Amino acid sequence: MILLRTVDLRKQFGETRACDGVNFVVNKGEFLSLVGSNGAGKTSLVNLITAHLKPDSGQILFEDHDITRMTVAQRIKAGIARSFQIVNLFDGLTVFDNIALSIFSREGKTVQIAALADHDDEVRRETLEVLGQFGLRDKSSVTAAGLAQGERKLLDVAVAYALRPKLLFLDEPTSGVSTGEKAQIMDTVSSVVRAGTVTAVVIEHDMDVVFRYSDRIVMMHEGRLLADGTPDEIKADKDVANILLGAPLSA
Amino acid sequence: MNPVARRSKVPLLAASALALLVLAVLPSFIGLYQTQLLTYGLIAAIAALGFNLLLGYTGLLSFGHSAFFGIGAYAVAFLARDFGVRSMEVYILIGLPVTALLSALFGYISVRHTRIFFGILTLALSQVLYSLTYKWFWVTGGSDGLRVPRPTLLAGFMEFVGAGSFQRFLNAYYYYVLVVFAICVMIMWVIVHSPFGMALQAIRDNETRAAFLGIRIRRFRWIAFLISGTFTGLAGILWVPLNGLTTPEILYWPFSGEIVFTALLGGFRAFTGPIVGGIVFTYLKTYAVATTEYWQMLLGVVLVLLVLVLPTGIVGALSRLTASLRRRKP
Amino acid sequence: MSIFLIQILNSLFYASVLFLIAAGLSLIFGVMRIVNMAHGTLYAVGAFATAWLIGRGLTAGVPAGWLFLLLPVGAVVVALVGAVIEPVLLRPFYRRAEEYQLLVTFGLLLILEDAIRFIWGGTPITADALMDALPILHIGGLIYPAYNIVVIGIGALAAVALWAVIYRTKFGVMLRATSQDRRMASALGLNVGLVYVSAFAIGCFMAGLGGAIIVPSQAAVLGMGIDALILAFVVVVIGGLGSLQGALVGALIVSFVRTAGIQFFPEVELAVLYLIAAIVLLVKPTGLFGSA
Repeated sequence: MILLRTVDLRKQFGETRACDGVNFVVNKGEFLSLVGSNGAGKTSLVNLITAHLKPDSGQILFEDHDITRMTVAQRIKAGIARSFQIVNLFDGLTVFDNIALSIFSREGKTVQIAALADHDDEVRRETLEVLGQFGLRDKSSVTAAGLAQGERKLLDVAVAYALRPKLLFLDEPTSGVSTGEKAQIMDTVSSVVRAGTVTAVVIEHDMDVVFRYSDRIVMMHEGRLLADGTPDEIKADKDVANILLGAPLSA
Repeated sequence: MNPVARRSKVPLLAASALALLVLAVLPSFIGLYQTQLLTYGLIAAIAALGFNLLLGYTGLLSFGHSAFFGIGAYAVAFLARDFGVRSMEVYILIGLPVTALLSALFGYISVRHTRIFFGILTLALSQVLYSLTYKWFWVTGGSDGLRVPRPTLLAGFMEFVGAGSFQRFLNAYYYYVLVVFAICVMIMWVIVHSPFGMALQAIRDNETRAAFLGIRIRRFRWIAFLISGTFTGLAGILWVPLNGLTTPEILYWPFSGEIVFTALLGGFRAFTGPIVGGIVFTYLKTYAVATTEYWQMLLGVVLVLLVLVLPTGIVGALSRLTASLRRRKP
Repeated sequence: MSIFLIQILNSLFYASVLFLIAAGLSLIFGVMRIVNMAHGTLYAVGAFATAWLIGRGLTAGVPAGWLFLLLPVGAVVVALVGAVIEPVLLRPFYRRAEEYQLLVTFGLLLILEDAIRFIWGGTPITADALMDALPILHIGGLIYPAYNIVVIGIGALAAVALWAVIYRTKFGVMLRATSQDRRMASALGLNVGLVYVSAFAIGCFMAGLGGAIIVPSQAAVLGMGIDALILAFVVVVIGGLGSLQGALVGALIVSFVRTAGIQFFPEVELAVLYLIAAIVLLVKPTGLFGSA
């Protein structure tokens, strides 16, 4: 079942065509990796889908609804969330509060001004659950600023996940972390997806990670979709190999 | 928010009750003049508490809070002069919505911007109010200001006339302000510990991420501004019956600077910071003004020193001290 | 008709002063990304210092014509003050949260405002002698001081000179390089500290010059700094922070509106300015020539 589809999506920055007629498809429940060299347009595509950018032309369809005109808040409500390449956390709040806030926001409870956040047992329970899933439970009372880089990345993903989106975009969730932490992050994300709760699209550069965890791989090059298939299919694709190795494309 | 179990509120309640008790008993020990000073201190604490909702919790530095203090004060003065009102309760009941209205308006204009533009905008708006108050002297009494007679407390039940009335008023008014102060502290405490308060801090820490959680940034900032201005306005309402007089001076920009200073002095990252700052500042100012004519320069120098040396203010320094002492214990 | 001409001249006069203040503010922001809350007060220092010097010169018997040379002196005084302030008070805060920068410059504002009171007292100081030294012109039956024309000339000269320095000199290249990318500039061997203090001093010089040239026409009074700060900000909002053309265009717009406003709605002239600023901010938040 198709969860998200873009129709001829275009975005240009001056001379650069970040997205040049992209028809991107995401199926429900899959773990999709979006790959390509730097500047291929991956982050731009994600930015367009999450309303961080406005497209020049084209459409974005989510669950068959046209969301092209929707604001960030509306898309979040519709079920799209993202984490960031450069970790984007609430440094002054504790790990616990970072997640709790996501949940409060999702539930529309941030307008509650006369109730103590502390006393909301439902939110507390769910926060603990998410923290457990991401292995951050014992860091609950630490301020986000005090975490190690790998943990910050995990928290970044967890905050987006706590919105319980239908579609979760992760922008380079393993960049800047050690190999051990990479495995931890990807194992967690992967298991959460497998549990059937969320569809994940991951922008990734580490091809080992990509091949190990993805159901499907989509490759972008110079603003266009170049290849699309399972890890085995992609491995067999000569053009892809050439791009990855830096050799010219076959004519 | 405490992760594992709901943090017991008992220690906090006990400490607050103790503090309240101390404040309640103090007048019997410190004499009339000091009681009056302390009343001013509590009023300053309320103003600072309101101000810090914007600075400490929402990350917006306003240089124009004198506007709200002033509107509160002048509202009382107008009620007294034009409507013959004497009841403190009526002052508050009518003065609060008036300040809320002004805060809503100024807030709506200001929160469209951040940082320096926000600061300058708040400064500019308070200057407009100041110059209008100064110019329209036939309405506001101009630089002479307006006198405000002694109010009645508790819906007219307590009147202060005749021999010894001044002393009786000062004593009674202290407790009146203390009660209002306690209520303000409780309300503000709930606000900053609510989901709304958490959202404000998120906006302060990372506006982009907060937006990506679906939080409506501008609206929340506006509400924070509204609450902040109203608190400071309440301080103005409480201030003028004690002072007996209101002049345009309290709308002038240095007064906004004083409010900023109190928050910084106490520590704007802590809840109790503005309270401590407000009370301490009132004492410092009284003695500084008595000592030198150029106390504004002194204020500026201390402000710069604070930012350089003690950016977390008194409360911040104290908590670091206790933390390091605790670590030393075997 | 001639009243109209007078109003235009008044606007240009005022615009010259505003341009100097706003351009100084914009320059400092453009190079160093800081906004100095005490900038208006520096303008006031320029006004007071110049008026005082002129007063001294007059009592010493110096003919008024020579006293014109004191105008740049007042500006230089402010520049020197700035050259001391930047490394001592501002540099420690570049890496810290912006609130602290605002707080420090606000503290500076408090200090300078009182310093003015301390040094020169609370009463206004005038320097009318300078204005009187120049002839009165007759424009279509109305009189107009030649001094104002001189000020307009100085304003225009300053705009050209500033443009020349920034876009035609080696120093200007250094300024622009440092403002684009501080680390890169430093890596290329530019003495960033020197650039910073120079840029700040130039910005202060301009504010001081603004104060110096206005004081023969308007007395130096306490509180003039705050009003100037707010107006300079309106200029910069309209024109765009960090842009020289923006400061020029903004100063002209603000000035013309203010002159017209004073004619017709003296009480609400400030409100009209804010309205324009608000509209510009709605339509183009970075100002007419600004770039985020």
